Amino acid sequence: MLEFIARLFNRGSGSKEVAKERLRLVLVHDRASISPQLLETLKVELIQVISKYMEIDETALEVNLDESGNTVALVANIPVRGMRRAAEA
Amino acid sequence: MSEVIVITSGKGGVGKTTTAANLGAGLAYLGKKVALVDTDIGLRNLDMALGLENRIVFDIVDVTSGNCRLRQALIKDKRLDGLHLLPAAQTKDKTAIGPEQMIKLCDDLRKEFEFIIIDCPAGIEQGFRNAIAGADKAIVITTPEVSAVRDADRIIGLLEAADLREPALIINRIRPKMVRQGDMMGIEDIIDILAVDLVGVIPEDEMIVITTNRGEPVVLDMNLRLGQSYRNIVQRILGEDVPLMNLDGEGFFRKIRKIFGMK
Repeated sequence: MLEFIARLFNRGSGSKEVAKERLRLVLVHDRASISPQLLETLKVELIQVISKYMEIDETALEVNLDESGNTVALVANIPVRGMRRAAEA
Repeated sequence: MSEVIVITSGKGGVGKTTTAANLGAGLAYLGKKVALVDTDIGLRNLDMALGLENRIVFDIVDVTSGNCRLRQALIKDKRLDGLHLLPAAQTKDKTAIGPEQMIKLCDDLRKEFEFIIIDCPAGIEQGFRNAIAGADKAIVITTPEVSAVRDADRIIGLLEAADLREPALIINRIRPKMVRQGDMMGIEDIIDILAVDLVGVIPEDEMIVITTNRGEPVVLDMNLRLGQSYRNIVQRILGEDVPLMNLDGEGFFRKIRKIFGMK
C-alpha cells in the first residue's frame, strides 16, 4: 500500500544517494591503490601497538580512508576504555 | 590534420561499439573521411553494428602482419562514402598485435582519413593498451551504474597515466524519470565523481535494439531523438558548442504534480 502511494506521487526510494556514497568510498581506495584487505591488516597491527599502552574497544574501532578535495586522510576512531598500568610507569 | 580518437570504458556492455559506429557514421554523414578500427580481437562486433559483417575479407592482424595492404582490408560502408571499417581479427591470436604496430597503423591511417575512431575492447589488459597506443584523444563511456562508473574512474586514471589527458565522457543509457525520482545517478552526480568533461548524454531508448538488429547506425535516423543525441556529440567533436538535449520529457505525473504545486 505504501509502495503504491509512493508510486502514485512518483517518489523513488532515493537509492541514488546510496550509489553515490558507495562509489565515493570505493573510489578513495581504488585511487589510492589501497585494498580493503591492506586496511584490515593495518587495523590489526594498530590494535596490537595501541593495546600495549591503552585498553581499547576493538569492536568499535574504525579505520578509514577519507577524501576531501585532493587530499586523502587516514582517519582512525579508537575508543579508549582505560590506560594500562605498565604504560604509566 | 587528422585525429585519432579511442572509445573506451573498462566495463563491457556499456555501449562502446554502438557509440563508435554512430560517431563514425555521424562524422561521415557530415562529409568527413572516417576510418573505424575494431581492436577487439577475437570478439569482432563493430562490423555487425554497421551491417558490414558479410563483406570482410582481411582484418587488422592481416594488415599489421603484412598479409595484405591496408587498403585491401578497409571495407567501404554501403551507405556513406567517407566511412571505412578496419575489422578486428576473429580467429587469430590476441597477442598478434602490439602497441608499436598500432601506432604505425594509426599513422598510416592518418594519411588518408580525417578521423580515425578506435573501438577498444573491454578490460585493462593488452587489448586496451594496444587500442590507446596511437590515440590523440580518448572518449570514455559509462552508464549511471556503480560498477560502470567505478570502471570508468579506473580507465580515466590509466588514460592519464598513458598521457591521454582530459578524456571526454559520454553517459549512456540515462533514464530521466529514474533520475528525477532519485533512483539513478544523474549527469551532475557522475561528473562530480569522475571530474572529467562531458561530451554527451545518450538516453535509454528501445530504438537502439531495433537499429542494431538491422545493422543501421541510429545517428542516421533524422526523426529520432536518440539519433539527435549522437548527432550532438558528433558536432561537439567537430568543435561546435551544442547545448545538452533536454531529456526531461514531461511525464504524466510530473504534470499532475505541477498542477498541485508539488515539486
